[in-house]
Amino acid sequence: MNINFTLISQAVAFSIFVWFTVKFVWPPLLRAIEERQKQIADGLAAGERGKKELELASQRSSEALKEAKQHATEIITQAEKRAAEIVEEAKDSARIEGERILTAAKAEIEHEIFGAKEALRQQIANLALAGATKILRREVNAKVHADLLASIQEELK
Amino acid sequence: MASDLELTPTSYINHHLTNLTVSLGEEPFWTLHVDTLLMSIILGILGMGVLWLIVRRATPGVPTKRQAFVELLVEFVDTQVKNTFHGDRHRFVAPAALTIFVWVLLLNTMDLLPIDIMAWIYDHVFGVHNWRTVPTTDVNTTFALALSIWLLMIFFNVKVKGLGGWTYELFCTPFGKNPILWPLNLLFNIIEYVSKPLSHSLRLFGNIYAGEIIFLLLGMWAATGVTGSFFSVILGVGWLIFHILIVTLQAFIFMMLAVVYLSMAHESH
Repeated sequence: MNINFTLISQAVAFSIFVWFTVKFVWPPLLRAIEERQKQIADGLAAGERGKKELELASQRSSEALKEAKQHATEIITQAEKRAAEIVEEAKDSARIEGERILTAAKAEIEHEIFGAKEALRQQIANLALAGATKILRREVNAKVHADLLASIQEELK
Repeated sequence: MASDLELTPTSYINHHLTNLTVSLGEEPFWTLHVDTLLMSIILGILGMGVLWLIVRRATPGVPTKRQAFVELLVEFVDTQVKNTFHGDRHRFVAPAALTIFVWVLLLNTMDLLPIDIMAWIYDHVFGVHNWRTVPTTDVNTTFALALSIWLLMIFFNVKVKGLGGWTYELFCTPFGKNPILWPLNLLFNIIEYVSKPLSHSLRLFGNIYAGEIIFLLLGMWAATGVTGSFFSVILGVGWLIFHILIVTLQAFIFMMLAVVYLSMAHESH
């Protein structure tokens, strides 16, 4: 147990080892550890964020679903209304068309009745004339009584 | 074993407790314990070198088993320092504490090597007669460490508080700043500054030295015969297992005291 120069040399060795650790051993490991701590913290934060976003997204999706359902209901209602309208319109137009056809047919019929009446009148006049001619064969000169015949024909109209 | 000497208890113990010395000067002070210095330098290079090799490839990703081990060690030391030292510990105090812990632990662990087998190896393989394996059983080692810490303590005292602040602290704490109390304060502080390195170094030295002496005594008992060998083996194993605890504990205590002293130097009263 004697103090000697060994003390100083050991102190020097100690200083060198401390310097070495301070310079080369501690910093890289500390960096690695701190980096990892940061990565872990980031990862945890990202996980938390993801969870929140998922919650938000599911909320949004359910909202969108609800909206879509509502929209669909509206569209169906509108379509039904439109269909009813179309049926109504078709009915109307069919009625109008029917009426038109009916009117046209009536006019045709009237026209034909008129034509037939005219022809009948002509024929009646002719018959009357023929009758009269036969009755008055001798006295009546067609040329003389032409104006008379015309007046009769006129009256039959 | 000392083949050229008669084997007596005295020669046995003397043989194991004699350093290999080199004289560098006329005065007795200029002797150098080559075994102490060489063993501690080899162990220091081994410890710090292994740490450096592992740490050099440290990744922030999934660590290898070796890196995880070093991280455990570093975090253990760092936690101790963090609890005691309030400041930028990464710049000096924590790495210094790591160095002290690893180095002192390695030096202490040499105590677990079987003394007589080591002596035989030194004698027959390396041809040195006197070679002490455990550097911390040399009071020079423990004093060197304690005095380095002590000088750092004074350095940080002056650096943090300034020369004036430190002088103020020497005269005005712990009893008060009344001028009547100045001599008492100074005396108290001087005692504290003397006792710190003494207790710091002698605690480590005493524990490890005592451990070695027990091993030597058990070795001597083994030389007395069959009964002695039997008990020597049983007690030796028991003491060895217990010594694993002491070796680690003393390294830890030495590191903690160093951290505490350096922290006290940083903090004003």
